Amino acid sequence: MSESTILNLPDQSTARVPKRNFITAEDGLLSWLLTGDHKRIAMLYLISITFFFFIGGAFAGLIRLELLTPQPDLVASDTYNKFFTMHGVIMVFLFLVPSVPATLGNFLIPIMLGARDLAFPKINLLSWYLYVVGGVMVIATMVLGGVDTGWTFTTPLSTHYLNTHVITTALAIFVAGFSSIFTGLNFIVTIHRMRCPGMTWFRMPLFVWSNYAASILMVLGTPVLAISLTLVLLERVFGIGVFDPTKGGDPLLFQHLFWFYSHPAVYIMILPGMGVISEVVSTFSRKRVFGYTAVAFSSVAIALFGFFVWEHHMFIMGVSNYSALVFSLLTMLVAVPSAIKIFNWSFTLQKGSITFETPMLYAFGFMGLFTIGGLTGVFLGSLGMDIHLTETYFIVAHFHFVMVGGMLMAFLSGIHFWWPKITGRMYPEAISKLAAVVTFIGFNLTFLPQFILGYLGMPRRYHSYPPEFQILNVMSTAGATVLGIGYLMPIIYLAWSLKYGAVAGNNPWQATGLEWQIQSPPLTENFTEIPIMDHEAYDYDWLEHKTKQEVTTVG
Amino acid sequence: MADTIATTEPAAEHELHEHVFVPQHRHHFETEQQQREAGSFGMWLFLLTEIMFFGGMFFAYLLYRNWYYDAFVVGSNQLSLPLGTANTAVLITSGFFMALSVWAAEVRKRGLLVLLLVLTTLLGIVFLGIKYVEYKEKYELHHIPGEHFDVSEFVNPAAYGITNEKPLPPDMAQKVQLYFFLYFAMTGMHALHMIIGIGLLFWLIARARRGDFSAGYVAPIENFGLYWHFVDIVWLFLFPLLYLINRHPMK
Repeated sequence: MSESTILNLPDQSTARVPKRNFITAEDGLLSWLLTGDHKRIAMLYLISITFFFFIGGAFAGLIRLELLTPQPDLVASDTYNKFFTMHGVIMVFLFLVPSVPATLGNFLIPIMLGARDLAFPKINLLSWYLYVVGGVMVIATMVLGGVDTGWTFTTPLSTHYLNTHVITTALAIFVAGFSSIFTGLNFIVTIHRMRCPGMTWFRMPLFVWSNYAASILMVLGTPVLAISLTLVLLERVFGIGVFDPTKGGDPLLFQHLFWFYSHPAVYIMILPGMGVISEVVSTFSRKRVFGYTAVAFSSVAIALFGFFVWEHHMFIMGVSNYSALVFSLLTMLVAVPSAIKIFNWSFTLQKGSITFETPMLYAFGFMGLFTIGGLTGVFLGSLGMDIHLTETYFIVAHFHFVMVGGMLMAFLSGIHFWWPKITGRMYPEAISKLAAVVTFIGFNLTFLPQFILGYLGMPRRYHSYPPEFQILNVMSTAGATVLGIGYLMPIIYLAWSLKYGAVAGNNPWQATGLEWQIQSPPLTENFTEIPIMDHEAYDYDWLEHKTKQEVTTVG
Repeated sequence: MADTIATTEPAAEHELHEHVFVPQHRHHFETEQQQREAGSFGMWLFLLTEIMFFGGMFFAYLLYRNWYYDAFVVGSNQLSLPLGTANTAVLITSGFFMALSVWAAEVRKRGLLVLLLVLTTLLGIVFLGIKYVEYKEKYELHHIPGEHFDVSEFVNPAAYGITNEKPLPPDMAQKVQLYFFLYFAMTGMHALHMIIGIGLLFWLIARARRGDFSAGYVAPIENFGLYWHFVDIVWLFLFPLLYLINRHPMK
């Protein structure tokens, strides 16, 4: 074979997707809307977050279109404010937070643990409905005229000065927040109580570990967001003064409460993506993840440190210099567990039998872009640099490198990696590799110029800018167009593959996880009998041995 | 071993509990013990989220009480200590009956369980009734934060016939509004949890009457008990923080 691949598909002339599986188990829309099956709920989530991803993406497109020229020519300034607010609210709360946990996590965690379902199937379904209610309310805001606070709801702007639909949006996020609390709660209980015999904590796949860490953040952080938004609502409706300086309230209190959630929230967004990368890197280099325990604990360490860095969002807001020093130091500490992950993935690659299928390409994209995003985070964590760079496009580029370059790459990597397991069919390999490359190029073209723009001093959240910044902005907008194409391609070929993709068989990637040892798509109950975990995670010798045995039995 | 668990037990469970209305053993749990442990663990985690939720308000309280101590003292003096104390006693008693309910369910006494749950509910309602009286008084005195909030009483207590209160400077008097906001937000959120709890109690009483919990299946009662005690504990923090700021017995 000229092109090296580990892909191992069954003979296409005889292979069939199993007739009995979780998709065909029941028919009719109601069987989906009232399901308790974690796999079906994962599909519901997948459809709904994809929908919101493209709405949020459309707003990003409009923003970049306005910024094509220095003059404010496409929209008025307040409309522009509404654009970036909707972009932020939708992407953060309706796409990034539920992206990997609620889709891939929901689908895979019970199977990876050898369980039949999550601990609380009804709460799982409830969490999807709450998500939908939150989403519908955000759409309602959009239709009714939008909101222009930015996704951060900064007081007193959000409580006193804006006359847009702050209340609807804040309620929407409140409701969607409970959806994420319930997802996290379900995961934690499942991971503690539903592991199959032999599945010790250190035999769990790293994907489960990272989702566990993210769940801790969801459970502990999201309620604080709920209360801070509740206080904004009360302040706005009744004028009670808790954030109003004229009545003795302190607007900074809002910032503390808000960032106490919203900084850990970025780890809620990135940690599950890191779990995907661990699985993908191990599978496509045919090696156990280097330093499994270190990677597992680094997830928990990120979750822990994540709670003690929130003030770095507030360095220029008049917080005490001493606390700023402490928070600056703590912020840099978070770089340590993140670096542990990057180094361990690199060592996993070392002397591995690396192949370059689509999930691996996305994973490589993740590792490069996340490293840049993470390191620029250290720039911003140091006090002096932060004062120069904060509220400029440098920040915008930094968190898009982590969230879009990191998380979205990881999400797409995971979607491609587990697509054969979810649907029973392969995606088309050549075009998906092209999509991965297009995404990577488009992403860099969009956001690398923004680092320079920010460093030169272009502020964020303005719809016009001095003419000397135009070249870089045109590059960025051109990149966004390429990026948009890169995101549209998967949705088209993945839909195509549902009917025409090659039959995948149980384990097309020769991967070791429990999910690959059962049929694809899985049965509603996942396992015909509860498995016994008698080997370590990522044990490729075990897999080879098992496959050999199967062959002898059949022969 | 795993084989046995997976294939034989669910079938056996099914036969055993065919007479129970609610199929308590969910198919995805291997054993009933696993189900019960998962349920109570989930409840504890949920209470953890509740602590974080209230934590935001406690944090705001801590901050403003440190900044505006004088105003908080004056605000606290406006509350009725006898009513607050009575409510504390009522709520603790309600919690006591709840604890007994769990016991009654465990020893499978249906009539006793229903009675104890009814007592828990009644005392919960009494608590809300007393809270209503307190709120009503605040409304009449214009102590509800917002447009109609009136500070004149705190600036010039003598004019209102209040002799044991120091007058506050006007800007500090404004801060009493913050105290009252926190009072209403914290006790209001607590009362909301009580109302939800009483709603759940009605549902549990109906099920207990049907005999759902007198055949060894006590998880819902146990988990609701955890919730009810949590609501109690929140009050046990609210009472001293809001009512007792300046009530030193020797003063």
